[in-house]
Amino acid sequence: MPEKKQDLIDQKLQDLNNDGVDRRGFLKCMAWAGTGLVWTLSGGVPVSRAFAKDHSKDAGKRADFSFVQISDSHIGFNKPANPDVTATLQTAINKINAMPNKPDFIIHTGDLSQLSKPSEFDTLDQVLKGASAKQVYFVPGEHDMLSDNGEQFLERYGKGTKGTGWYSFDHKGVHFVGLVNVANLKAGGMGSLGQEQLEWLEDDLHGRSASTPIVLFAHIPLWTIYPDWGWGTDDSEQALSYVKRFGSVTVLNGHIHQIMQKVEGKVSFHTAMSTAFPQPAPGSAPSAGPMKVPADQLQKVLGITDVNYVVSGRSLAILDSTLGA
Amino acid sequence: MRNKNLCFIRLATAAMVAIVLLLTGSHIATAADQPSMANSEIKIDNFTFGPQTVTVPVGATVTWTNKDDIPHTSVSTDGVFKSKVLDTEEKFSYTFSKAGSYPYYCTIHPKMTGTIVVK
Repeated sequence: MPEKKQDLIDQKLQDLNNDGVDRRGFLKCMAWAGTGLVWTLSGGVPVSRAFAKDHSKDAGKRADFSFVQISDSHIGFNKPANPDVTATLQTAINKINAMPNKPDFIIHTGDLSQLSKPSEFDTLDQVLKGASAKQVYFVPGEHDMLSDNGEQFLERYGKGTKGTGWYSFDHKGVHFVGLVNVANLKAGGMGSLGQEQLEWLEDDLHGRSASTPIVLFAHIPLWTIYPDWGWGTDDSEQALSYVKRFGSVTVLNGHIHQIMQKVEGKVSFHTAMSTAFPQPAPGSAPSAGPMKVPADQLQKVLGITDVNYVVSGRSLAILDSTLGA
Repeated sequence: MRNKNLCFIRLATAAMVAIVLLLTGSHIATAADQPSMANSEIKIDNFTFGPQTVTVPVGATVTWTNKDDIPHTSVSTDGVFKSKVLDTEEKFSYTFSKAGSYPYYCTIHPKMTGTIVVK
């Protein structure tokens, strides 16, 4: 790895949200590409485990169910950061299929494609067909809504959804909400949910028991990570005000191609890695463009982040560990 | 008389040649200046439009070129012009026929903004 790039990686992550993510924590979280996020939902004490470890004796066995989050596949991207993004997505799917505890479903948090081309969506579909989990839930990234305002994305992945593709569903007592914050973006702004979606969200959550675990997922982070690069959502505050009364809220995002997390009260925020290419830590490079690493480095850092999500009655524990080479 | 006339013709011819030369010269100068003055190139690089503000005369053509590995757009905030999605090295041109200030942005990365001033 060139010294300059290594310097960028080594550079201390700006702790903009005072969330305690320092260099060590950042490196621990970082696994570049070919990744997924495993969520295990279980009552009881939070236990974290590495994906590579023996799962038979830990919390995974007692889990009510688990699911996997993957993100930012960018099918169609073919530049030096990763000339074969289809292969790394395949690697991620292989890792999911090799998991001892089969996830009930997969959530893809957007940027399925690089340029919203039909052939790119076709390739993604082909790779996802090989996943052991047949149910995949999607939300669009900005790359999936190019040119046609997301019409094609909705046609393929958003049947029965509202507006630009938002929806909710329940799974074994957990309420999941997929939000769209990449449509109708305003000049100078960041991600945006818009009034119509916010009203729908308020209505969707209305009347639900405060003990219902809530999982919100959207492409762009629903917390402000780095405004200069647009890494946040302008009206996320309002959305989050609707979930404050719930005892357990988990927010899953993509877009920034690296893991960042913070816990604020009963809300846990987490961003997933990309399956395609890494992006620099906030402010550590001139722009948020793809971070180039040598081919052998890319393969070595393929991994999967395993996070136990447990409702303990107090707060959520989210921990990451890299799989490594 | 005859000599005087001849002299006048010679002088007049010389003057005309001088005028023609001057005109031609100034015409060449104008032709050479016009493209750089009228048209403008904007590079999209590192998620920024550069230069961010460009001033051009009425009738000028502005060309955007995407130098990033990530697609961008150049879209007028007021709906005056709209590029297609520009992948790496793709270009978009627009000719401004009216004076005014034209703010624009990348619809994919709305933090990227710029302005074309047409005078």
